[in-house]
Amino acid sequence: MEITVTINGEPVTADVDPRLLLVHFVREVADLTGTHIGCDTTSCGVCTVLLDGTPVKSCTVLAVQANGRQVRTVEGLMQNGSLHVIQEAFKEKHGLQCGFCTPAMMLVTSELLERNPRPTEKDIRWAISGNLCRCTGYMNIVKAVQHAAETSQAGQNQEEAS
Amino acid sequence: MSEAVTESTPQSTPKRCGVGASIRRREDDRFIRGRGRYVEDIVLPRMLHMVILRSPLAHAKIVSIDKSGAEAMDGVVAVVTGADLAAHNLAWMPTLSGDTQAVFATDKVRFQGQEVAAVIATDPYIARDAIDKIEVDYDPLDVVVDPRKALADGAPLIRDDKEDQSDNRCYHWETGDKEATDRAFDAADKVIRLSTHYPRCHPAPLETCGCVADVNGATGKATVYMTSQAPHAHRTLFALVAGLPEQNIQIISPDIGGGFGNKVPIYPGYVAAIAASLLLDRPVKWIESRTENLISTGFARDYHMDGELALKSDGTMLALRVKLVSDNGAFYADAQPTKFRAGLFHIVTGSYDLHAAHVVADGAYTNKAPGGVAYRCSFRVTEASYLIERMVQNAAYELGIDPAELRRKNFIQPDQFPYTSSTGFIYDSGDYERALDLALEKAGYAELQQEKEEARKEGRLLGIGLASFTEVVGAGPSKDFDIAGLKMFDSAELRVHPTGKAILKIGVQTQGQGHETTFAQIVANELGIPAEDITVQHGDTDNTPYGLGTYASRSTPTAGGATAVISRKLREKAKKIAAHLLEAAEEDLEWNDDKFQVRGVPDKSASIQDIAFAAYTNPPEGVEAGLEGVHYYDPPNMTYPFGTYVVAVEVDPDTGEWKVRKMVAVDDCGVRINPMIVEGQIHGGLTEGYAIAAMQLISFDDDGNCIGSNFMDYLVPTAWETPVLETYETVTPSPHHPIGAKGVGESATVGSPAAYVNAVIDALAHLGVRNIDMPVTSAKVWEAIQAAKGS
Repeated sequence: MEITVTINGEPVTADVDPRLLLVHFVREVADLTGTHIGCDTTSCGVCTVLLDGTPVKSCTVLAVQANGRQVRTVEGLMQNGSLHVIQEAFKEKHGLQCGFCTPAMMLVTSELLERNPRPTEKDIRWAISGNLCRCTGYMNIVKAVQHAAETSQAGQNQEEAS
Repeated sequence: MSEAVTESTPQSTPKRCGVGASIRRREDDRFIRGRGRYVEDIVLPRMLHMVILRSPLAHAKIVSIDKSGAEAMDGVVAVVTGADLAAHNLAWMPTLSGDTQAVFATDKVRFQGQEVAAVIATDPYIARDAIDKIEVDYDPLDVVVDPRKALADGAPLIRDDKEDQSDNRCYHWETGDKEATDRAFDAADKVIRLSTHYPRCHPAPLETCGCVADVNGATGKATVYMTSQAPHAHRTLFALVAGLPEQNIQIISPDIGGGFGNKVPIYPGYVAAIAASLLLDRPVKWIESRTENLISTGFARDYHMDGELALKSDGTMLALRVKLVSDNGAFYADAQPTKFRAGLFHIVTGSYDLHAAHVVADGAYTNKAPGGVAYRCSFRVTEASYLIERMVQNAAYELGIDPAELRRKNFIQPDQFPYTSSTGFIYDSGDYERALDLALEKAGYAELQQEKEEARKEGRLLGIGLASFTEVVGAGPSKDFDIAGLKMFDSAELRVHPTGKAILKIGVQTQGQGHETTFAQIVANELGIPAEDITVQHGDTDNTPYGLGTYASRSTPTAGGATAVISRKLREKAKKIAAHLLEAAEEDLEWNDDKFQVRGVPDKSASIQDIAFAAYTNPPEGVEAGLEGVHYYDPPNMTYPFGTYVVAVEVDPDTGEWKVRKMVAVDDCGVRINPMIVEGQIHGGLTEGYAIAAMQLISFDDDGNCIGSNFMDYLVPTAWETPVLETYETVTPSPHHPIGAKGVGESATVGSPAAYVNAVIDALAHLGVRNIDMPVTSAKVWEAIQAAKGS
């Protein structure tokens, strides 16, 4: 069936098999390979995208379920050619090693900071607990999220002041 | 906390970002943008997709295979069975440990999940549908999953394909001095015994294994994009298996989503995809599912160990005796150095001055997936470290000595290095007491002890566990180390361009360790070119010099050494060019950070950039043009990282649940190239160690069904369970490594499991509990408490 999914603001229309998974739609139809696949059981979270702003594991969503909806992937984090503060924070705090879980971790972070701009360490650990990382032991991911929260806050304060 | 650094390794200036600078990682720029390029991201024109059919049974004869149903499906291009591969002499392949392994089973299946056939189709969904249409008739055979039963008389013979094999023994290996050990035991006041199983677990990198094989029928060139930690070694093995000319094989290991040892072996899927591409003259992609990854690719550990430690009543350790049985699965397919069939397990004397030791190891074939890979560990070093550190803690209880003091009393002393161990290792350097003291101080050991005693009065169970590990990494010197005959040196090629920018090509392959950053820092340190001006290339066999790959914490000890040496060689050549530019004698020049200057005349100097330009535009007479070179570095010795970990836990006496209250790690990996990256490696290792101690388990039922075949049954920790980790350092440089570095990727996985388990045991020690096998689940802890209460 023909569906249109808006990915990072761009509508993508394709005739798809009803069983096609959203992750395959994103990776193979829209050619956005920053979204990864790591398990078959909705456990690892590396396929996480934002569907209408909510993190979902795109290996467990059918592409047809996203018809007419908004999807945001890692490729949509940059704005006007500039890195998002979350992307900068992950680099600054060494919040990644092999990079395979990173896109999903950053998307989950963006949703967390959207609803909770000043998360505690516990809030952060809970928010990312649906996403596995085998390299970092999460220590520096937590620091990266904290750093992103601080820099977002600082940016906002600056805006308000000016 | 960093202290002494070797003289030849000056701390970097901020400008150059050399050794010692926590510069941010170059590779992150693509990863944070979602622009990494992993194997699954590779798409080639006319590419087909392969899915493998696997055995549901652990041991069964294959009576017949009917593939007609699959072949009839639209979109299916080919269905390949073992018989099809046998027609091309490709049904079996050599393993990196000198054994053979079935690519696709022809005679019988030997473990659940073994490769039986494959479908190649235009679409992966179709290929997955089609494997269900292949009908295989199996005749079940008796299954053996316990290695000790496999070695007993009358066990079903698993490897009846091997002519000289009449039982399930995979190897027998002994080391140490049996007589001296027996004598020491005769003289002992106390013998501590511990029988423990280091269970089967799986490295489970988040990216599974896979490849895209592209054998071009017109040119004969085989380009294979694959999840490989050892691309050069894999190229050579493919040349040997498939009979392809090696110059026509290019292995490209692009970005790798974690390896941890899982991507060292050669898997049937790779070989089958190459064979399919060769036969069909089209690119073939194979990406395994998570279940396939967990049930069929290199598992780790599975060591049954019986240890005995002889001591005097004053706590002096005298000797160590170990008998172990390793479960190697149906094929001996991990990558052990040829000379060391049980890996480097004989580092089991650890950090202690033990005058005698004897190790007897037997490997068994069982109806389980092959492996025994070095999961974030240098060839069985974690099994060794776990055993000795558990035994030392138990010895402390029996002798009534504080576990920290018992360790201190028996440490190899700084003035004993280089120290020859009773199993033949020559430890390069160490200061074990300094690491122990720092760990005790940072953990607040005395306060924790006091708190434990007070809590016990209230019925609460607190425990403190220590591990003072010593690793042996950096395989290795070619006199002792080879894999499948390939010597374990490593290489670096450095090309300095006319504008003073450089490309470094290395034979090792990063999977998240940050080589693109740290190896540039080594060059920056030695040659004065800023790290940001150096591109590090790796993972492409056509464009890098030969090397054995990244595992066993060997990249820095081997290729890191090669990088430092080739940088120094080019610096020597640069000196000749500088002499020409400055119209001075070579002996009047001195190297200063990033330039040669005339001694005593600071303003008369030539920067490395000036020299590089001259190398191509104005070389001196009699000096070969250019500023490039390659070096193969054969390390003179292994390196021996060490440290002390302290873990404090609280156990719930009613449920057996335990929580880490404190994890303090002091690591000494010699000189740290990029302290930020080193700390990140340690965080990861401490978490893997926790995972192994607490939850990760691949188990089997009596029929050989794998229990732990997905991430709902095979538990890996999330941010929620993972303890908060505190890391500290001491720095004792390696005396033989060019920059004094030792390697660090695995220290924490090697050292920490014993610390976590010791902490839980310590909480229960007053009840008489001395062992709980990993993973230490709350159920097992609860049972141990109940059993202790009942006794």
